Amino acid sequence: MAVMNNVEAVRATLYDALKNDDRTLILGEDVGARGNVFLITKDFVNEFGPERVIDTPIAEASIVGIAVGMAMEGLRPIAEIQFADFIYPAFNQIVGEAAKTRYRSNGEYTCPLVIRTPYGGGVRGALSHSVSIEALFYHVPGLKIVAPAFPADVKGLLNASIDDPDPVLFLEHKKTYRLIKGEVPDGHYTIPLGKANVLKEGSALTVVSYGLYVHWALEAAQKLQEEGLSVEVIDLRSIRPMDKATILESVRKTRKLLIVHEDNKFGGIGAEISAMVAEEALFDLDAPIRRLCAPDVPAMGYALPLEEEYMSSPAEMADAMREMVRF
Amino acid sequence: MATTITMPQLGETVTEGTVAQWLKKVGDTVEKYEAFVEVSTDKVNAEVPSPVTGTIREMLVKEGETVPTGAPIAIIDEVGAPSGTKAGDGQAPAAATPPAPVTAPPAPNGHAPSFVVHDGDLEMALRKASPAVRKLAREHHIDIRTIRGSGANGRVTASDVLTASSMGPAAAVGQAISVGTNFAATGAPAMPAATGGAKTPPPSGTSTYGEPIPGTIIPLNQARRIIAERMVESKHTAPHAWSMVEVDVTNVWKWRSREKDRFERETGYKLTLLPFFMRAVIESLAAFPLMNAKFTTDGIYVNKDVNIGIAIGLPTNLVVPVVKNADQKSIKGLAIAAGELIDKARKNKLGVDDLAGGTFTVNNNGANGSYASAPIINGGQAGIVTMETVVKKPVVRDDDSIAIRQMMNCCLSLDHRVVDGYVASGFLADLKRRLEKMPADGSL
Repeated sequence: MAVMNNVEAVRATLYDALKNDDRTLILGEDVGARGNVFLITKDFVNEFGPERVIDTPIAEASIVGIAVGMAMEGLRPIAEIQFADFIYPAFNQIVGEAAKTRYRSNGEYTCPLVIRTPYGGGVRGALSHSVSIEALFYHVPGLKIVAPAFPADVKGLLNASIDDPDPVLFLEHKKTYRLIKGEVPDGHYTIPLGKANVLKEGSALTVVSYGLYVHWALEAAQKLQEEGLSVEVIDLRSIRPMDKATILESVRKTRKLLIVHEDNKFGGIGAEISAMVAEEALFDLDAPIRRLCAPDVPAMGYALPLEEEYMSSPAEMADAMREMVRF
Repeated sequence: MATTITMPQLGETVTEGTVAQWLKKVGDTVEKYEAFVEVSTDKVNAEVPSPVTGTIREMLVKEGETVPTGAPIAIIDEVGAPSGTKAGDGQAPAAATPPAPVTAPPAPNGHAPSFVVHDGDLEMALRKASPAVRKLAREHHIDIRTIRGSGANGRVTASDVLTASSMGPAAAVGQAISVGTNFAATGAPAMPAATGGAKTPPPSGTSTYGEPIPGTIIPLNQARRIIAERMVESKHTAPHAWSMVEVDVTNVWKWRSREKDRFERETGYKLTLLPFFMRAVIESLAAFPLMNAKFTTDGIYVNKDVNIGIAIGLPTNLVVPVVKNADQKSIKGLAIAAGELIDKARKNKLGVDDLAGGTFTVNNNGANGSYASAPIINGGQAGIVTMETVVKKPVVRDDDSIAIRQMMNCCLSLDHRVVDGYVASGFLADLKRRLEKMPADGSL
């Protein structure tokens, strides 16, 4: 058991994968000589060579397209999109190819591909280094989406993603990279995809989140605990498949649901969770479902006030929680 | 694939149904068209067939629980499809467990109500009640309007309902706030201020309608609950007015006496005065169509059809089956139709269709000697008329002679929103005239 931050957890997991399975390889912009912009793959190319740690041109469609071919032919590529903001050129390769491979070939081919990418804001990343892309891919059957918040989950879920026979979009919140530290078990282990984690039990309100906001929601819930208000916090960990059972079980207990995410509200992950709960547990609800999300503006601004306006905060979350508990 | 089964609409005017009994358990397989749940509405039970073949994944409604038509009541996994989520969360029906007993009729307990709210607030409380609160209130037989809300702006929360329920009947009354209107069916009637009066001892047990035991509570069954709600609703919404006429039924009596043996031999049904009376009522309704109408918020709807409900008292409840298109039936046809319905009622075999669609009601109230009565209108109708007991009386006739005649009182309750005394008395006079004009030697 070692204490790591999220960068170290990704790095350690990737290293073990390359070390233990010859089929694995990493490809992306600056993953080789530069060792990734966050130094996740630093020195990997020296140990595993340029054929398994491949520096690619700035061409995201090619990165994913090549990786799809590799995966279909038996390799275990781990493709990196340097920032999630740059993933759009690869949209067709992810949605049109990777996600449909198994279906199109009637199961003859699968696409065991992991696409890692740092996402999210709060780091003064401005318009093209702050986006949340999950909702754009959430609609696509055949694609799994993972967004861990803790180092131990990073390792277990990344291992599960590499092992998974189908494509997984692995989202790493860049603000948590070095901010969040935690103990990480030694050795190889996996955490099942599609399984949420109840981080804190509570009785008066269920809060569902993922990524950076899990930490803030937890902080807010602990503050409310001191005020005598009992809030349950669920970390989705996997956005798709959605862990309906855990969410429903919690909502049926607390009868109130707040969803917080950094992505904007309209058509976001919270919309799907909200609809699911309304469909399946309406008669357990004692308050309207609420979503605390980003405003519908095209991007997170660079100016600090704009960034703060776009992002939520533990204080804002605590306010929303108080209102809902007292409703 | 999961198929969600919803509460069927059993009858055109039915808005809700109660799951009387689950005939299957979670995990049981069910064939298409196989009955899997018994639903009760309007005091009858109907078995509902499954629209698919599959396995019951979840039962969303407990036995005894009432939900609106169209509300999901069960989820069935169709055959060959994997179950999407975990199996039912412990909601398998416990056939032996009756619904929780209702809140006891509250007794004056010497405590002043904590505060009084007005009708407007009560309605607001209902409107703002969340789905969870409504469901819990139904399950625990608690009137939301009697609970003091602890939520934002006095909203009644799910916890409030559970708290009120866990405090038990006696305590719940103490908790309950006085309501301006008397919801005697399920809620707490307005409580007097502190009087220091004797407390009613808490109930120590339950008994049944058939064998009531003093000092116990008879849990409300579905029929009793519906009767209570309907009666309260009708009395609350329709301002009742009342009138009575005395009718000379000597001729009708003779006619019926002459025909009854033959009729019974031919049809197997007894011939009573009822079909003669119904025939006269039907003709009077034709002459006074406003009596065959109902009050709606859009206006007074004058019914096209004449469907006569017959009030039938049973040992534990009251049913009002309906003779449809009664205006198209002869006295004999009415006698057979009524005979069939009475027979079904006594065997508890009335279907939903037998009970729906009534436009006016007759009540043969005289069988046990009642001389006059003030019936409650069947909701959504303009009136109800009774036949009281037939007695021989000395009567002064038009030529001042005194004769012994068979006399019967007919009592009418009318919805004063629909008609006034002018129309109602005209209707009663017309009914009296038609009955008295009936021949002693007519044919059925």
